Amino acid sequence: MTERAPVIAVLDYGIGNLRSAEKALQHVGGHATLTSDHGFIRDADAVVLPGVGAFGACMSALRSVDLEASVHEAVASGRPFLGICVGMQMLFDGSDEDVTATGLGVLPGRVRWIPPGVKRPQMQWNQLHLVLADDPMLAGLGDDAWMYFVHSLHGVPADAGMIAATCHYGSELNAAFRNENVFATQFHPEKSGPSGLALLANFVRAAGSPQGAR
Amino acid sequence: MKVARVIPCLDVTDGRVVKGINFVGLRDAGDPVELAARYDAEGADELVFLDITASSDGRDTMVNVVRRVAEQVFIPFTVGGGIRSVEDARRMLRAGADKVSVNTAAFERPDLIAEIAAEFGAQCVVCAIDARATPAKVSPATSWEVFLHGGRTPTGRDAVSWAQQAASLGAGEILLTSMDRDGTREGFETDLTNAIVEAVNVPVIASGGVGTLQHLVNGVVVGHADAVLAASIFHFGEFTIADAKRALLAAGVIVRPPS
Repeated sequence: MTERAPVIAVLDYGIGNLRSAEKALQHVGGHATLTSDHGFIRDADAVVLPGVGAFGACMSALRSVDLEASVHEAVASGRPFLGICVGMQMLFDGSDEDVTATGLGVLPGRVRWIPPGVKRPQMQWNQLHLVLADDPMLAGLGDDAWMYFVHSLHGVPADAGMIAATCHYGSELNAAFRNENVFATQFHPEKSGPSGLALLANFVRAAGSPQGAR
Repeated sequence: MKVARVIPCLDVTDGRVVKGINFVGLRDAGDPVELAARYDAEGADELVFLDITASSDGRDTMVNVVRRVAEQVFIPFTVGGGIRSVEDARRMLRAGADKVSVNTAAFERPDLIAEIAAEFGAQCVVCAIDARATPAKVSPATSWEVFLHGGRTPTGRDAVSWAQQAASLGAGEILLTSMDRDGTREGFETDLTNAIVEAVNVPVIASGGVGTLQHLVNGVVVGHADAVLAASIFHFGEFTIADAKRALLAAGVIVRPPS
């Protein structure tokens, strides 16, 4: 552990409520700052891509503040990287919500609609089923942690081995993903009370440890 | 798996929480940030803040309340009252709210719902509907009428059809209050709740009339609400959120267990 609080860049591209991710990371000891400054993002110990709203609108907003290259650079650097909700969805190749928009391609696969037969969005708390139970991001959560979900689509990775957790809503939906230094959640850890804060504390710990993400 | 939510509602004026009996005779129930943090710790699933001051000074105060809440509370919260434009919504969302609730302004100009949804997503637009039973329930389709301005102004519009229009415009959720029951402690008007739940494919929050824990259970079991909202039974310490969760669990309703 380092003495200073790890610096976490929370990418700011002007949409919705991005403030809550910043506040929750600060609450668990991270020096988190909402930013679109390329230099700050490059020097940060870890990077968070939050997001709410529509996939296409978020992709356009991210590109309009020129942050796409920063995401790729952060991912390639090996530093801990966390995508949240639509921030997670943007890491995929694309989404059925907006077939004209191209995703970031960090998580190979596609974002697909929740199968019909249930209310969309899923707007409720739900229990996680841990698939990659040994993942450091899920440390201390237990196999039935409750998290807050708001989504109509979910990520379907080309490699099912990237699925870190699922939840049941009509069918089994993918709730979290791991690809090397990248962790991504469909749920909102910053809005999931003690369980969510525990997950974010794991992220801050990874950001502060010399070996980085894992 | 449907997981019901328990949502304490905090009516706020000039930075303080109040709760009226039929919107008359307000009693002071304390500091919104303090109450919000207490509800979060007790296991509330979400919070709703309704700014019942109409003045612009009051709204500036509300932005500060929202900012302070966002620093201490890590569950979703909705802010309603006086949201008349995309800019009003942006101000609350940037201050830390997760959703905004629109009521009179959206009824008067329904495109407001579409505009906020287009800018921030449907998940953050809650359409609040205050309804009263029409004096003579002529037909099931016109059993409840939409009222505006905190339940004072009749509109002649059928509540079910307005809920459907609001959802089709992009409201991600309906916050449905029975003005006949609000403040009475007689329980939700579950026929109304059920009629709206049947009519829309977005979550419905039942509100208005909770006086006992069984009323909360009835909202979900009889009214089929996705979430139940109450104010005074929680504010004055009669019941805790944990009491509510235990009552729902005992009735076979799935909820996030109390902390």
